[in-house]
Amino acid sequence: MSKVVSLQAKQINKRFHDPVTIHVLKDVTFSINSGEFVSVVGKSGCGKSTLLYILSTMDTDYEGDLIIGGESMRNRTDQQLAHVRNEKIGFVFQFHYLLSEFTVLQNVMLPGLKLGKFPEEHVREQALDKLDQLGIKKLADKSATQISGGEKQRVSIARALINNPSIIMCDEPTGNLDKVNGQIVFDIFKELTEQFHQTLLVVTHDPDFASKTDRIIEMEDGRIIKQ
Amino acid sequence: MNLRLIFSIAKSLLIARWRQTLVAAVGVTFSITMFIALLGFMTGLNDLLDGLILNRTAHVRLYNEIEPNGQQPITLAPEYKGSYNIVRSIKSVNSRERIYNSGAIIQALKKDERVIGIAPKISAQVFFNEGAIDITGVVNGIDAQAESRLFHFDDYIISGHSRDIAIVSNSIILGKGLADKLLATVGDVVQVTTISQERFPLKVVGIFQSGVQELDKVQSYASVSTVQKILGKPNNYITDIQIKVKDIDKAPQMAREFAQLFNTDTEDIQTANSQFETGSFVRSLISYAVGITLLIVAGFGIYNILNMMIYEKMDSIAILKATGFSGKDVNRIFMVIALSIGLFGGVLGLLFGFLTSLGIDQIPFNTLALPTITTYPVNYSPAFYLIGSTFSIVTTYLAGWAPARKASQVDPVVIIRGK
Ligand SMILES: Nc1ncnc2c1ncn2[C@@H]1O[C@H](COP(=O)(O)OP(=O)(O)O)[C@@H](O)[C@H]1O
Ligand SMILES: [Mg+2]
Repeated sequence: MSKVVSLQAKQINKRFHDPVTIHVLKDVTFSINSGEFVSVVGKSGCGKSTLLYILSTMDTDYEGDLIIGGESMRNRTDQQLAHVRNEKIGFVFQFHYLLSEFTVLQNVMLPGLKLGKFPEEHVREQALDKLDQLGIKKLADKSATQISGGEKQRVSIARALINNPSIIMCDEPTGNLDKVNGQIVFDIFKELTEQFHQTLLVVTHDPDFASKTDRIIEMEDGRIIKQ
Repeated sequence: MNLRLIFSIAKSLLIARWRQTLVAAVGVTFSITMFIALLGFMTGLNDLLDGLILNRTAHVRLYNEIEPNGQQPITLAPEYKGSYNIVRSIKSVNSRERIYNSGAIIQALKKDERVIGIAPKISAQVFFNEGAIDITGVVNGIDAQAESRLFHFDDYIISGHSRDIAIVSNSIILGKGLADKLLATVGDVVQVTTISQERFPLKVVGIFQSGVQELDKVQSYASVSTVQKILGKPNNYITDIQIKVKDIDKAPQMAREFAQLFNTDTEDIQTANSQFETGSFVRSLISYAVGITLLIVAGFGIYNILNMMIYEKMDSIAILKATGFSGKDVNRIFMVIALSIGLFGGVLGLLFGFLTSLGIDQIPFNTLALPTITTYPVNYSPAFYLIGSTFSIVTTYLAGWAPARKASQVDPVVIIRGK
């Protein structure tokens, strides 16, 4: 498989101004190829989450350029960025954010329905497929509040997968899980990259987890020191 | 677009908070109910009170005022043109009280497109003799048929029949108050003395009650020819011509026109009864003010609930945004929530308003002054329902606007980082 660049960060600088200016990200430049399983490691407070929010297009207040799927994300409208997040990016948070008003299946379906590319019936089948793939198909009709933490995290991975995004970003996806569930999540990621060539960018401070990924980007004090 | 999805998300959020939603909707329902019931009742009452006078009053009345002639001989004399003249103590002359050429005027009016109908009238001052006392009163000579058709005369007859004054010769219909004073009932004969001291026995064929007691104590009705006889006048003697017109708003203009054309005095209904319009207007104004105040209060209820919902649902909003919903989508979701509360509450309000109106319509309302009314009057004009539903939508829209905007501006990064 030839190397296709999935995501590219160019000279990204980020400063917070509250109340004094802190330079959190300094000249962050790297690129991720399609199909790569990349982890970002670094001490707490070094700017990993901040970087991830910028890469996921949710934070637009930065200097430098972000290129996803060959297109710059600068000077885009709120709606255009929302569409990019919907179609090209899957996001998994440390705290399994699910919508408590909906069932597991509905939670997974929502981004697919939002994309509106396929009819509802098709999105439902896709969602069930993803749940099945993650071994939680039997939970489909449960309320999102009635399942365990590890299960919730798997549901949010299924949700991230629903639109077949070009990249999935995770912020400490195992940080809030016990050893067993952490291992399950890691195995899922491994399977996604190996079998489905899914591009993954995972922020973690678990060196064990990182060591098993394809590539490690190491950060310190807002800079990439090794990649 | 994603409208279906937005509706289903809004629905889920609503159902998850159904208790608060219900309270907000009940607020809207209550205010719309009150709005409809209040306006229906007030307008019904207005119509009734207006009808009390307006139904029975000529829209334009032709008559001759007893007043001194403005054209005194000296002003007509050519040799004094351009000079000042002062004449003191001019006296009125009674001879002009009748309308000259009444036959021709009536013919002309009957051809007028804008006129629904006309009823001639004569008034005669008389004394009713009861034993040793004389009671002053007025006998109106009317065309009973025209009077009933145009001015609902029949509605106010509480015993006997209005048409009998045309059939039975020398007959009279007495006002309730007058009949009570004379101890007269239908079938009795009352004695009437004219100003020129002539006596007439008249048979009572009916009693009427207008609702205005002052009138009922002095007024009575007989046929035109009977009154002409009482006054000793020829059969073309008419003092009033009452006209009912198609468009009541044109009455003042027509009154001016007829005054010129027929060379008589005229009076239009607006000038004669201006106080009634003011009363109706104030009553409507109060009803609208109360209704709209209630709606505004309900609007604040919706505003509160939406604000609370957004505060509680920050996480959900952040998730929606992180997974590809734009600020606009989030805004729409909360607008849909606000508008559904308004729509649901509003429709129920219209229904309950209608039921309340029906209820008010059943409450017995018997008053001596209004013999034809048995229950409280209610107006069911669709206009109130239209205004009520429009207002409920507009208020909820305004109440939802700020919270929905706030929700659309939630920064997912702040929420996700805050965990
Ligand atoms: N909203 C903010 N205002 C000011 N400083 C912030 C804000 N968010 C994060 N920071 C600072 O930016 C730095 C990087 O934070 P973060 O990206 O969360 O680190 P990590 O995820 O690597 O632990 C920290 O020093 C943090 O205090
Ligand atoms: Mg972090």
